[in-house]
Amino acid sequence: MSAEKLQTCLWLVQRISASVLAVAVAVHLITIIAAVQGGLTAAEIIARVGGNGAWAAFYGVFVVAAAVHAPIGVRTVLQEMTPLPNFFVNALSALFGIGLLIMGLDAVSILYRLGGG
Amino acid sequence: MQGTLSVSVWRGGEAGSFQSYEVPRRGNQTVLDVVTYVQRKLDGSLSYRFACRVGMCGSCAMMVNGRPRWTCRTRVSRVASSGKLTIAPLRNLPVIKDLTVDMTDFFDKWAKAGGVFKPTATRAEDFAAIRPTDSKRRHADAGIECIGCGICYAACDVVAWKPGYLGPAALNRAWTLVNDTRDGNGAARLRAVAGDDGCLACHSQQGCQEHCPKHLNPTAAIAGLKRAVAVAALKGRL
Ligand code: HEM
Ligand code: SF4
Ligand code: SF4
Ligand code: FES
Repeated sequence: MSAEKLQTCLWLVQRISASVLAVAVAVHLITIIAAVQGGLTAAEIIARVGGNGAWAAFYGVFVVAAAVHAPIGVRTVLQEMTPLPNFFVNALSALFGIGLLIMGLDAVSILYRLGGG
Repeated sequence: MQGTLSVSVWRGGEAGSFQSYEVPRRGNQTVLDVVTYVQRKLDGSLSYRFACRVGMCGSCAMMVNGRPRWTCRTRVSRVASSGKLTIAPLRNLPVIKDLTVDMTDFFDKWAKAGGVFKPTATRAEDFAAIRPTDSKRRHADAGIECIGCGICYAACDVVAWKPGYLGPAALNRAWTLVNDTRDGNGAARLRAVAGDDGCLACHSQQGCQEHCPKHLNPTAAIAGLKRAVAVAALKGRL
């Protein structure tokens, strides 16, 4: 793949993941507002999300979208704001994305299993 | 009109400094008139550029009170209500001396962005018939009046942050040619404007459009390029 094509694909993937995030963030905010009515406890969260395949899938998609979207943005920020050579910019951004993905999916799977799923 | 203006003018190269001058106020005075007064009456060693004095040639752009402007068409009364003027060389370009900058990068980037028209017809053929109402022609018309002044380039923060960024004027030019149905360099031009230093680097903050003295909208042109480049990538034509 040519560099132009790769860079254009990154740009496209960032816009596509942003549209997934826009929906996911909205759902997430509404859920938070609904959930904090009358206090918030760990037991309550586990009771709602734990063992629930639909919530696990939702948060899984959310995590993947964020782990794709944010590092592409960080790559742009590093390119503009630091004198780092491109190789380091790409490596740092990729590491950041892999970190987000691992931590996010780990949290989703732990919560799912806490509910006995 | 009475009184004097206190004018700070950049003197020297990159490592220069501002120097103060007192210039008499006149009715309908332009910023270029002020600079010319300084050079003719106060200090003949001041370097600056102008040619047409009527907003056609694009050579007189400078930073006026921190904003890039065409000085020949900027009235002092509009920008110096307090009686103070600060005049500096155009941002984002290397200073040669005083108010003159080196425009080499700016124009080299036009060439890099595929800014040269490549004809598909020969002189043996008849004129191409293009309706003025054609949607592509309208896109081209919207950007065609650029005078190459570099004001948008000076206004753009992405240019300041990313030295390789092609910038609003070169990309605006490329978009007029993408919409020119007589041009035969489409694929190569899209490739030229596609990368990290091309149209995708623009954050759509519209500093270029805000400052363009010809009221062009490079941001819209760049948005058009982004769409064209994205479609080309999806169709495997990049
Ligand atoms: C509602 C959800 C979101 C939407 C619609 C969205 C949209 C966008 C868009 C359109 C850009 C490109 C801006 C540009 O190129 O000028 C962007 C950049 C960026 N986004 Fe998001 N985003 C969302 C959520 C997130 C989240 C959750 C994160 C962090 C985890 C994030 C991190 C970034 C970063 C670091 C950039 C780079 C800054 C830039 O390029 O200007 N975004 N986002
Ligand atoms: S809209 Fe794009 S090209 Fe225009 S000033 Fe902003 S970043 Fe630069
Ligand atoms: S687009 Fe406007 S500001 Fe930019 S060079 Fe052309 S005329 Fe000047
Ligand atoms: S001198 Fe020609 S545009 Fe100002």
